[in-house]
Amino acid sequence: MNRLPLFDRDTWQEIFGTIRKHKLRTGLTALGVFWGIFMLIFVLGMGEGLKNGVFRNFGDRAMNVLYVWPTATTVPFEGFRPGRYPRFTLDDVDFVHNNISDIESISPRRTLSERNVVVGDNTESTEIRGEYEDMIRLEALKVYEGRYINERDVADKRKVAVIGERTRELLFGDDTGIGQYVRIDGMPFQVVGSFGPVKIESWTEDDMEAIVIPLTTMQQVFGGGQRIDYFVCSAAPDVRVSLLENKVVKALKERHNIAPDDPRGVASDNLEEEFGSIQNLFGGITAFLWFVGIGTLMAGIVGVGNIMLIVVKERTREIGLRKAMGATPVSIISMILIESIFITSISGYLGLLCSTLLVGGLDAIMVAQGTNFENFHHPEVDLSVGIGALVLLVVAGAVAGLIPALQASRVNPVHALKDE
Amino acid sequence: MKAKIGVSWSLLHLINRNHPIDKMISLKKIRKAYRTDFTTLEVLKGIDLEIASGEFVSIMGSSGSGKSTLLNVLGLLDDFDSGAYHLNGESMKNLSAKEGAHFRNRLIGFGFQSFNLLSFKTADENVALPLYYQRVDRNERQKKAREYLERVGLLDWADHLPTQLSGGQQQRVAIARALITQPKIILADEPTGALDSKTSDEVMGLFQDVNDEGITVVLVTHENDIAERTKRTILLKDGLIEGDQMHMSTAKLSINV
Ligand SMILES: Nc1ncnc2c1ncn2[C@@H]1O[C@H](COP(=O)(O)OP(=O)(O)OP(=O)(O)O)[C@@H](O)[C@H]1O
Ligand SMILES: [Mg+2]
Repeated sequence: MNRLPLFDRDTWQEIFGTIRKHKLRTGLTALGVFWGIFMLIFVLGMGEGLKNGVFRNFGDRAMNVLYVWPTATTVPFEGFRPGRYPRFTLDDVDFVHNNISDIESISPRRTLSERNVVVGDNTESTEIRGEYEDMIRLEALKVYEGRYINERDVADKRKVAVIGERTRELLFGDDTGIGQYVRIDGMPFQVVGSFGPVKIESWTEDDMEAIVIPLTTMQQVFGGGQRIDYFVCSAAPDVRVSLLENKVVKALKERHNIAPDDPRGVASDNLEEEFGSIQNLFGGITAFLWFVGIGTLMAGIVGVGNIMLIVVKERTREIGLRKAMGATPVSIISMILIESIFITSISGYLGLLCSTLLVGGLDAIMVAQGTNFENFHHPEVDLSVGIGALVLLVVAGAVAGLIPALQASRVNPVHALKDE
Repeated sequence: MKAKIGVSWSLLHLINRNHPIDKMISLKKIRKAYRTDFTTLEVLKGIDLEIASGEFVSIMGSSGSGKSTLLNVLGLLDDFDSGAYHLNGESMKNLSAKEGAHFRNRLIGFGFQSFNLLSFKTADENVALPLYYQRVDRNERQKKAREYLERVGLLDWADHLPTQLSGGQQQRVAIARALITQPKIILADEPTGALDSKTSDEVMGLFQDVNDEGITVVLVTHENDIAERTKRTILLKDGLIEGDQMHMSTAKLSINV
């Protein structure tokens, strides 16, 4: 006799009975919660669109990636004069890879520009890149056809080439070119695939045109010793790339006899700071949106609480009678709580549904019409936000009903049933 | 012709001793006061009262004498300050809210001057309400409610809302509701107070039937002719029992004759 039977028609008859009797009042209350959750989800969805838009502009470059290259020194050190230009070699890359923990992938790159490339009667002049296989993961690149260079290519110094999509088109037309040979400065390389940027932007033109070969092969075929131009590496998951950056730069300075306090000598760059500051900005915006949304929602919930208080007051006699008939305080509390949770949940769920549909519809329209805003892209409602909102609603309903429910449980049947 | 036989308290006591009747209600030195910050109003000033199982009792007394307060204490709707109260052999001292609810639901049926039917429920739903708090299945409740409505002669009105019923009909619905849990005792505060004399008569007939089945009935009334239809009248004055007399009802007499 402790709990109220949730699946008994009387339990729901009570709730619908009150709702029917006070249509306008219940409706307005429900509207408050509806609007609160609608606004919350809608602004969060729009915020997500803004965020997606801005992050899209980063390209799809991994955010935990570090670029390292040599520059002229500025501080004398151990007999070396300033202005010296350190040379980075494959040994440096291997050293960093083997001696510094927290590196996920690493790849050097050396670029030879304006090389003569011939297939049959077609001749082009393009950039040749010598790399390791991991470069495709470090840069925002993807394979269009076939494959990228792999570990075996690098180890065995194979004469294979992956061709930028535009160059492939110029050289092979409709053919993928895979399996055929391309002559680079007279040397034949077998084509294993074509590649390009994940997203075509003005600054990814080069990726459309370059030809990638194993760096080891490049050194054997085109000379240049062990030299590399720069290398790229990524931090292991959960490792801050700026910390990795410090370790790498310090180690390289030591290796190349560069003063530890020299601001130059080893240059490096990563997107963490930029990324971080934008992420912070959006963290702030999202927090603000939650704040505003929750505020609106709270107003709705206070409204429900208020209505429930009035309802309890109006139903004092009924509650007194129920007590006389054997209702326990717990059953009275459940009755009011269920009613409150019911009103908030239904109206809130509708609000959630409407705003999700609106945000999703907006996204669908943008996709269908090919709309492309600079800083707005793919607005969406996170599943976790939706679930969070639902949980919030049930909790809110309970909170809203709690004070009225306790009040109801304390109704004195003698007072309530007094014959006036 | 009305024949009334008054029996003194001591004589009743004698009868009780000679023919041990179950005690339904036993009150010993029950005291109750209403306190505000500044005043204390003593309403029950030491009530000693025994009501046997199957009795038909009326409580009378001037306004403010404490009749309703006493009935509320008996009905576990209100607590008392001191003394002892045994209902059906069990002590009713310091009950928790839950225990109180349980005893009310299982042992007691209530009647009210203003009926206290729920306006949004039909007659049968109103009658079924106490069974809801016994977790009785809905169909079973409905069936029983109709059974009890039939007993009070209102089966045809089962689907009507209280506003569609006359005062007398509403009180009969309320009595059906009080009876549906098969209580040991019916407590009613001025059940005929809002009814005309003809309907009052019908309602009292109903109480008589209930009592004939062995259910203890205690009601509060202002009207002498209502009190005369019960078998025993207790007179309250200023929070104390001033009189206690037995009647022989005319109805009984005429049957016996
Ligand atoms: N909740 C309360 N708080 C304070 N005083 C109360 C309360 N209930 C009743 N009283 C007082 O207690 C006294 C007895 O009240 P009670 O209702 O028992 O009288 P009654 O005999 O039923 O009177 P009536 O015939 O008018 O119904 C009255 O003086 C009343 O004013
Ligand atoms: Mg009274």
